[in-house]
Amino acid sequence: MKNVIITGLIISVILACGISYFASKSPDGLEKVAEDKGFLHLGEGKEIFKAPMPDYTTRGLKNEFLSNSLSGLIGVLITFGITFGLGYLIIKRKK
Amino acid sequence: MHIPDGFLDTKTWVGFSIISALVIGFAIKKVNKEIADNSENERRIPMMGVMSAFIFAAQMLNFPVAGGTSGHFMGGVLAAVLLGPFTGILILTTVLIVQCLIFQDGGLTALGANVFNMGFIGSFIGYYIYIIVDKILNKSRIKYISSFFAGWISIVLAAAMCALQLSLSNTVPLNIALPAMVLVHALIGIGEGLITVIVLGFILKVRPDLLEIKKI
Repeated sequence: MKNVIITGLIISVILACGISYFASKSPDGLEKVAEDKGFLHLGEGKEIFKAPMPDYTTRGLKNEFLSNSLSGLIGVLITFGITFGLGYLIIKRKK
Repeated sequence: MHIPDGFLDTKTWVGFSIISALVIGFAIKKVNKEIADNSENERRIPMMGVMSAFIFAAQMLNFPVAGGTSGHFMGGVLAAVLLGPFTGILILTTVLIVQCLIFQDGGLTALGANVFNMGFIGSFIGYYIYIIVDKILNKSRIKYISSFFAGWISIVLAAAMCALQLSLSNTVPLNIALPAMVLVHALIGIGEGLITVIVLGFILKVRPDLLEIKKI
C-alpha cells in the first residue's frame, strides 16, 4: 500500500508541477459559453475574497513555469494532507 | 466548469449551498460508519488522499477542444469507481474547496453549486450510471465501455445542471444556456471518458487488487 501512495503522489506531482504548465490556456467550457452569450462580465471582479495563489500562480515568482509548478506542488500536498489527515482524525476519535 | 462568484443569484447559491451541505454531511456519516464498523476499511484513507491529490493535479491539465475552448478532467466517476460514490463526493468536495480557497478557481458563493454539480452529479450519479450500464452490458471485468460512458455523461449532466443554475439566477435563459453548455461539454466529456478508461486500465494492469477495495 505504501508503494501505491508514493507512486500516486509522484504521478500527481509530475502532472501538477511539470506538465500543467503546458496545458491549454483557452477558456474552459463554462467561460467560453459565458463569453459567447455575453454574461462573462457578471463574474469579473466579483470575487468576495482574495485567494493566496490566484489562477495557480505564486506571487513574487517571475518565472512562469516555476510560479505554476510551485502552486501545483502546494495544491497536491494540501489536497493529500487534508483528506488523509481528516480521515485519520476521524478514526482516532472513533477509537 | 467551476462557477465563479457573480454568476449565481443569492437564492440559487444559498439554496445549493444548503443542499450540498446536507449531501456532504450524509456522505461523511456514511463513510465514517463503514470505517468504524470494519477496520479493514482503514486502508482506504491513504487511498482517498492520493485520489484527491491526483484529481487536483489532473484538473490542472486543460486540453483543447474545438473552437478555442479547453476542458479538463473532472474525475468524479474515476474516484467513485475506485472507492465508491459517497467517498467520491468527499474527494471532489476536498478538491473544490482547495481550488476555491487557495487558487480562486470557482467562487466561494458558488462552492455549493460546484460541489453539487461535480461531486454529487459528477461522482455520485455518475457512479450509478456506471453501475446500470455495466449491468446491462454485463460483459467484461475491465468495464471499459461503462466507465467511458459514465465519464462522458457525468460531464454532460453536470454541465446541464450548471446551465439550470445559471437560468435560475436569471444570468442567461435556459434555452440559450442549456444547448450551449451541453454541446461544448459533450466534447469535453469524450476526454473525461478516455482519461477515466486509461487510468482504470493502468490500475488494472499494475495493481488489479486496488479495484477490489470496498465501494462506499
